[in-house]
Amino acid sequence: MKLKNQVKAAFRSLSKNKMRTFLTMLGIIIGVASVIAMLAIGQGSKESIQAQISSLGTNLLTIFPSASMTGGVRMEAGSSVKMNLDDYKAIATRCPAVMYSTPTVRTSGQLIAAGQNWRTSVWGVYPDYFEIRNLAIQTGAVFTAAEDRAAAKICVVGQTVSKNLFGEGTDPVGKLIRINKIPFSICGLLTAKGQNAFGQDQDDIVIAPFTTVQERMMTITYINSIMVSATSESMIPEATDEITQVLKERHHLGPSEDPDFTIRSQADISSAATATSGILTILLASIASISLLVGGIGIMNIMLVSVTERTREIGIRMGVGARGRDVLLQFLIEALMISLIGGILGVGFGILTSQIIASIMKWPVTITLQSILLSFLFSTAIGIFFGWYPARKAASLNPIDALRYE
Amino acid sequence: MEQEEEGNMTDAIISTQHLVKTYKMGDMEVHALRGIDIDIRKSDFVAIMGKSGSGKSTFMNIIGCLDVPTRGEYLLDGLDVGKMNRDELAHLRNRKIGFVFQSFNLLSRTSALENVELPLMYNNKISSHDMREKAMNALESVGLSGRSHHLPNQLSGGEQQRVAIARALVNDPVVILADEPTGNLDTRTSVEVMDIFQKLNKKGITVVIVTHEPDIAAYTNRNVSFRDGRILKDLQVEHPRIAGEELLLIPAISEEDTI
Repeated sequence: MKLKNQVKAAFRSLSKNKMRTFLTMLGIIIGVASVIAMLAIGQGSKESIQAQISSLGTNLLTIFPSASMTGGVRMEAGSSVKMNLDDYKAIATRCPAVMYSTPTVRTSGQLIAAGQNWRTSVWGVYPDYFEIRNLAIQTGAVFTAAEDRAAAKICVVGQTVSKNLFGEGTDPVGKLIRINKIPFSICGLLTAKGQNAFGQDQDDIVIAPFTTVQERMMTITYINSIMVSATSESMIPEATDEITQVLKERHHLGPSEDPDFTIRSQADISSAATATSGILTILLASIASISLLVGGIGIMNIMLVSVTERTREIGIRMGVGARGRDVLLQFLIEALMISLIGGILGVGFGILTSQIIASIMKWPVTITLQSILLSFLFSTAIGIFFGWYPARKAASLNPIDALRYE
Repeated sequence: MEQEEEGNMTDAIISTQHLVKTYKMGDMEVHALRGIDIDIRKSDFVAIMGKSGSGKSTFMNIIGCLDVPTRGEYLLDGLDVGKMNRDELAHLRNRKIGFVFQSFNLLSRTSALENVELPLMYNNKISSHDMREKAMNALESVGLSGRSHHLPNQLSGGEQQRVAIARALVNDPVVILADEPTGNLDTRTSVEVMDIFQKLNKKGITVVIVTHEPDIAAYTNRNVSFRDGRILKDLQVEHPRIAGEELLLIPAISEEDTI
């Protein structure tokens, strides 16, 4: 029989039993819809986790001097005083995989303003630091490179610092504070970032120009660390190699010698978190696929009933010359049509459900084309798989018995 | 003798030699056919008669290519059917045979026209357009062209059987096989159906019917009686009844009354 006629015949016999066809389809509709909704929720949470991690700066690399060793006793990391501004300049100029970079110095300072005082860490950095760490300014502005060269006594403060010195809701920009008795003018307020993954308050910070902190506050010639951001997340290994090469060369170390510095990245954290949310997605999707599987069993069940019910019809068709494969194809196409139409409706229903979940639960959902294709193909495969046995049964009927079946 | 056999072979539509069919029912062997030799020639109108259990249905199934013999040879239109597989048998049924059943066996909720088209659906060589035309012609030859879009449950028994005959005709078969075609019909409708068969036979179509009613067998040209799996009698009918003439004598009943 021609395929066109087969499809027409299948459509007709399905429309003879509209209610039954719809209920059978419903199993597939719900199955496909839940797979799509679950994948959308999984994908959405994965993306929101990724966005949170990249707000920490996933491209971030920190270069510390290694721990010094004095007579076999190792000191803490960064205790050797082997990095200076020239190391930074070399990295900044000679590493193409590095986009933003800054030297950092860090000290702690006692802050006094308006009769209040507060102790926090003071970072001395270049303006690039705000790009590297994805720090946004709520009011005011970041200090400029020129202000840094001039060792201007200005600083950017975090929300926690502002709250403790000036009280909640007060804009600190333009106000004067003393840090370790040196007067600073506040030029900007950071947007609140909250705690980081380890419970540290990221808003309890003062950021001042590098030169100001290094020369005026700390009066040192070395730097604590260098922070850089790679041009992209995938360029992190390349940036690491370039930095290693440049610093080894500057520190007169051969390629086989151990470096006297350490490079840390946040890629491990990000990949761990992504993997976790990936597992969550798989878990949700597999639970949803079970309902799709149950829908498939529904198809098989109804097709078996249909084969028994239509034994006489099968006999007539065989009597007038239908071969086994014609009958097989007929029932297979019917099963396939149920799963195909169910799949299409399920995709629509799944998208709708995802949107409802997104708007009511305020969960991040993302529907990907892959998830639609995947669930659609899966439901089609289920139609063929569960339609096969009943169709096989119909095709193997003996025409004589089928014609006499009451 | 030799020559006569040769002659029979060439224009025989159905030719069987020592046809044997044995069924296994548990430990019992049922000998449905115990050696049938028969030639049915082109344009024959044959009635196969016999009581139930005589083997006539088994014989019908085998010559209808629904079943294969245990032993013996069966040639349909010169083709050896005995060793064919399921698909080859289906192909033969589609191209060479038209079936008419006692219980009509029309597809429910499917129009008369589409029922008639059914055998052509399984013939990929026929286009949709030809299909419709052939089906309409077949319906016209049984006098039902005006009812082509009726569903089986909107037709009387006689009309349903005429649709079935149209379906049997549509693929231009070498033989029409009818299994108790009048078994579910009243007297007048039975005569009407036999009238159609006689008219088709006049056009040169070979018709074989199975019946246990001698009245019905009297409309055919040749009566073959089966008993216990063997042919008991094989007689030419000297003066067949003419259904067309008898219909004029039976008081006509309107179609509404027969439903």
